[in-house]
Amino acid sequence: MAEPKKYDTPLLDELEKGAFPSFVTEIKRMAARKPMAADLLGQLEKSYRDKIGYWKHGGLVGVMGYGGGVIGRYSAKADEFPEVSHFHTIRVNQPSGWFYNTEKLRLLCDIWDNHGSGLTNMHGSTGDIVFLGTRTEELEPIFSELTQGGWDLGGSGSCMRTPSCCVGPGRCEWALYDTLAVTYQLTMDFQDEMHRPPFPYKFKFKMAGCPNDCVASIARADMSIIGTWRDAIQVDAAALKSEYIDKGTDIQSDVVEMCPTRCMKFDGETLDIDNANCTKCMHCINVLHHALAPGKDRGACILVGSKAPIVEGALLSSVIVPFVKLDTPKEGEDPYPELMELIEKMWDFWGENGKNRERIGEMIQRIGLGNFLEEIEVDPIPEMIVHPRTNPYIFFEEYFEDDDEAETE
Amino acid sequence: MPVFEFDGHQIDVDEDGFIQNPDVWNDDVAAALAKTEGVDDLTEDHWKLVRYLRDYYLQFGIAPMIRKLCKATGFSLKTVYELFPSGPAKGACKVAGLPKPTGCV
Repeated sequence: MAEPKKYDTPLLDELEKGAFPSFVTEIKRMAARKPMAADLLGQLEKSYRDKIGYWKHGGLVGVMGYGGGVIGRYSAKADEFPEVSHFHTIRVNQPSGWFYNTEKLRLLCDIWDNHGSGLTNMHGSTGDIVFLGTRTEELEPIFSELTQGGWDLGGSGSCMRTPSCCVGPGRCEWALYDTLAVTYQLTMDFQDEMHRPPFPYKFKFKMAGCPNDCVASIARADMSIIGTWRDAIQVDAAALKSEYIDKGTDIQSDVVEMCPTRCMKFDGETLDIDNANCTKCMHCINVLHHALAPGKDRGACILVGSKAPIVEGALLSSVIVPFVKLDTPKEGEDPYPELMELIEKMWDFWGENGKNRERIGEMIQRIGLGNFLEEIEVDPIPEMIVHPRTNPYIFFEEYFEDDDEAETE
Repeated sequence: MPVFEFDGHQIDVDEDGFIQNPDVWNDDVAAALAKTEGVDDLTEDHWKLVRYLRDYYLQFGIAPMIRKLCKATGFSLKTVYELFPSGPAKGACKVAGLPKPTGCV
């Protein structure tokens, strides 16, 4: 292998100054022994200097049997930076909740050291393990070593993207359903949809265990599945006194007055919660976590349609199903029947009616939520709102007709 | 510019092996390109898919969406991948002599 080339990188060096970790430092470390990483630095510095990106648009590479998982990338300055003439990205399906053991991490790093630039992104915004930079002829050997080690590629293109979730019950007391189990189930049930792109555009699932939504599923998943409860917040009066009141927490200003719906009262001793008006923001539970806990009747809220601002503007997900039980299936039971049925119906309708490169949220905006609900056979209800406490945006035809007739009479 | 060679012919292709000038495509080119995508013999089903893509491209200037392709040919997505293991975009479109699809198929 050729010796790594040295480049002067005054502009990139600026990014190493300051208190935060820098990707430049990481690439430099790898550039000391990897020519590919060295040329990456060289090309990036040139891009910064010339204010032009030097990656060509849209490579198309892959492995046999799969229609995604590898993103092709070629340098437009291959003569100047030959080591990055090919610089393909590989997505590797991450384990649910990003739990590994070191043996598996070492395997990943060894594969990538042998066949790629050695640079990884743990994790990309899709949740996947991202391998940055390799050549076309290395793809099949990488794929083969990954699958032998129990790994698989993730999704790319117009497919179901690698489902991802928060750490859930693996490490968090607030998990209101088993996000890891649902993520695993979706991944296994929809292998075809992940590896062989069948949709008008990408489709992302993100599973959040509670309304704190640590994976930001409400902002970046076509289907956001967020844990919630439908009974009363549990209050441990003794812990409230010993952990907060006695220790001088200002419950009135830190909790009661921060409640978005003002659904609680505090008289200096007891916290009185009007649960019917709670919008499950989690603020009181987060602050008084020794004393409060979500209710016991737990499940998830299913929201649909968020996306980042590519093509059309950014959207947040909005409620389609306010509450569904997502208990982990016992042996012999069909897993999550209501959820699976909803997914199939939505995909069917979107596949038939979505335009090329139209996300499901954009299609719903185009045709109207009312029409969408009718097609997926879900009844409109007042909980289907963009924000808590706003008017529902369903067009209730029966009311409209009544009004209309009244006016003409 | 990379060059694809077969039977003494030379054709300009891009880095991924897609032909640059769709007009130079013919059945022999298709058969030769197919070998680069793991398809040694083009059967009747292969040709049905290739000709559909080709006709669609000549009519509309782009590749069809995958659902449309499956409906029009009657092949399931699974069958498409059995015919062209590298997939409809990388495999079938390349063999059909389309320029590289950008996010279609």
